[in-house]
Amino acid sequence: METVSYDIVIVGGGAAGLRAAIAAAETDPRLRIGLVSKVYPMRSHTVSAEGGAAAVLRDDDSLDGHAFDTIKGSDYLADQDAVEVFVQEAPRELIQLERWGCPWSRDPDGRISVRPFGGMTTWRTCFAADKTGFHMLHTLFQTSLKYPQIIRHDERFVTSLLVEDGPGAGGKRCVGVTAIDAQTGELEAITGRAVILATGGAGRVYAFTTNGAICTGDGMVLAYRAGVPLKDMEFVQFHPTGLPNTGILITEGARGEGGYLLNNQGERFLKHYVPGKMELGPRDIISRAIVTEFEAGRGFEGPYGQYVHLDIRHLGEKVIDRKLPMVRELCRDYVGIDPVHEPIPVRPVVHYMMGGIHTDLDGATPLPGLYAAGECACVSINGANRLGSNSLTECLVFGARAGRAAAQFALASAAPPSNPVELLATDEARRIETSYLQREEGTERIGRIRDELQAAMDRGVGVFRTAESLQSVCDELRALRARCGRIKLDDRSRVFNTELFGALELEFMLDLAEAIAWSALRREESRGSHARRDFPERDDERFLAHSMAHYQPDGPPRIDYLPVTITRWQPQARTY
Amino acid sequence: MEAGTITLTVTRFNPEVDDAPRRQSYTVPYRTDMVVLDALNYIKWNLDGSLAFRWSCRMGICGSCGMMVNGTPRLTCGTYLREFYPNEVVVEPLAHFPIIRDLVIDMSDFLRKLQEVQPWIIREEEPPLEQGAYRQTPAEHERYRQFSMCINCMLCYSACPVYAIEPEFLGPAALALARRYNLDSRDQGKAQRLTIIAASAGIWECTFVGECSVVCPKGVDPAKAIQQTKWDTTLDLVKSLVLPWGRRK
Repeated sequence: METVSYDIVIVGGGAAGLRAAIAAAETDPRLRIGLVSKVYPMRSHTVSAEGGAAAVLRDDDSLDGHAFDTIKGSDYLADQDAVEVFVQEAPRELIQLERWGCPWSRDPDGRISVRPFGGMTTWRTCFAADKTGFHMLHTLFQTSLKYPQIIRHDERFVTSLLVEDGPGAGGKRCVGVTAIDAQTGELEAITGRAVILATGGAGRVYAFTTNGAICTGDGMVLAYRAGVPLKDMEFVQFHPTGLPNTGILITEGARGEGGYLLNNQGERFLKHYVPGKMELGPRDIISRAIVTEFEAGRGFEGPYGQYVHLDIRHLGEKVIDRKLPMVRELCRDYVGIDPVHEPIPVRPVVHYMMGGIHTDLDGATPLPGLYAAGECACVSINGANRLGSNSLTECLVFGARAGRAAAQFALASAAPPSNPVELLATDEARRIETSYLQREEGTERIGRIRDELQAAMDRGVGVFRTAESLQSVCDELRALRARCGRIKLDDRSRVFNTELFGALELEFMLDLAEAIAWSALRREESRGSHARRDFPERDDERFLAHSMAHYQPDGPPRIDYLPVTITRWQPQARTY
Repeated sequence: MEAGTITLTVTRFNPEVDDAPRRQSYTVPYRTDMVVLDALNYIKWNLDGSLAFRWSCRMGICGSCGMMVNGTPRLTCGTYLREFYPNEVVVEPLAHFPIIRDLVIDMSDFLRKLQEVQPWIIREEEPPLEQGAYRQTPAEHERYRQFSMCINCMLCYSACPVYAIEPEFLGPAALALARRYNLDSRDQGKAQRLTIIAASAGIWECTFVGECSVVCPKGVDPAKAIQQTKWDTTLDLVKSLVLPWGRRK
């Protein structure tokens, strides 16, 4: 077994991971940074983000405006100190990305253009047409290539965190990861004085999602199994406009530019739900409105369930081609329609995890040496509902903060001792061998269990939830977990064994689905994206608090609560 | 919706047991809205878990799932089976690359070349961030816009007749990305990049066949980038011979 050592190990090569790597490199050029990613960095799911990145860049905007919109959007579950840091550092981060060459869309005078976005009271979303994530990711990746101290380990599947037991009570420290090199099948120990998790989201725990195949929550579960709590996991964002069947995202930018949502009566039905905002309402409310229209029989019937229309025809071909070219491309390639001439069929689709690894404002988790940033982390600025275009900016602001903080931590700590590291890694290699590669008994197939897991989540932990629907998912997940122990692989080879990765991802997803479902069951109120039919009101008395899910090796997670940080904005009724 | 079955014939190669790539056929259920990637996933999770291929976003932007489909480099997430049904579909790894396993190619060569052309903003002086973003007009943006659309999917290398015989050729995507930065009003690294490109192999063998531009799924025109770059390197060379101070600018 090989051991590779760095000062800082970063897991994940998307926007947050790359931003963290560059920030660490710029903190001290002597630091050696290992960037470990399941895929080549430019394949990371940041690439699929479309609409834009928010920051206060215009004189007629204000930091307080951005902060309040974010806090109100979060249904007052965001930590207000985190939001204040976020809005303050956001402009600098977007300017930095511009300096690195990001091809932002521009106004005639050469300034970065802004567009309106859901839940934002003014135009503050910067964009690169409707491929903002793609351009940000490639800009960050290409810029990272100029730092020789950032050493990439592409196509490595991280299986566990290396945690050293230090002297005294609570002397634990994260000192690296174990990872399988996909191209050889070898398990390696990759050690560091600090580790940053930036592994993105977990939309694949549902069947109908905008997320790519790689979004299986790996980093969240690595931290969770190592004893770090997962915060606010019940808050799953349903984006209002996904294409039926594939779940491909149609950007909120389509509504930002003036698109309409229409039911089967040809009516802009949002006037009954968010009359003050209409199509620019926040995602949680619009997704509930669409599902309510379906239940009232006002959706269109299609081969993949009901849908409503997103109509952008009135914007005209010129605007569509300049500002929404990808919408046209996706509709043409994946639905066979031209949105210049026809409305787009859409329905709510799982898009984003507001919850994630519990961190402080510097991305530090309760486990010394372990940091997290981006979608896998929960600082929390998104609370119970994220506003569109805040997440790309979050990757930059908190990626950079985690990179700097991890650099400081690494500079101040000793290198991990090789002895326990090698022992831990040998144990992990043995676990993979005996649980998967050399196991002869078993009849279960990965695909079957995964389909059942995703179907259960779609059914029971959707836009609307009840105690009954959630309890039945919790029960089903326990049964699936037992079956997971009887998986048999077809593939016993080492090189590029994607079936083995499928099995490891399935185990990650089962742990994560339990954290989501149990957190949702325990939260007996409706707040943001978490809508309980049996508890339709927000309950600040009992639940103005973050859910903290703690991993239990032998049973469902233990849930407790952490107070929300309120600085200047007292909770009010959330109406638009 | 029409339904039936369709045959996929897929390249198999496991370096641990096979001496050379072989072919294996599978019968999968067919629907008119299925893409080649859907069929591969059907095989993977229902028929044969040992089939290896890369994919992620399934919306034509991550660039992972390029393969040869009936002889042409394509993104399998955007290639519908109905284009071929009821005939067989042959899926092979992208041409001109070493095979790691089955449909997975080794693209480390491209990553080396991408880094070689220095695809980042190069400036002599960097004003402090406090001075704000650079101004760039829509017309200045438009000059390099199409070259910034490359998703690194490698289809162009698979279609490139020069790369097939000259592995040291920087290749269409890397040269298009070099061009992207050379044309960016914020960049000052053009001379540096042209020196690297002029010293590299293959660019003069590229005869504007343009196969790379034909197969690009994102409308990038690498052939144009290469022709423009040739012109630039020539100009640069002439300047350095005729006007010895010319290159310093």
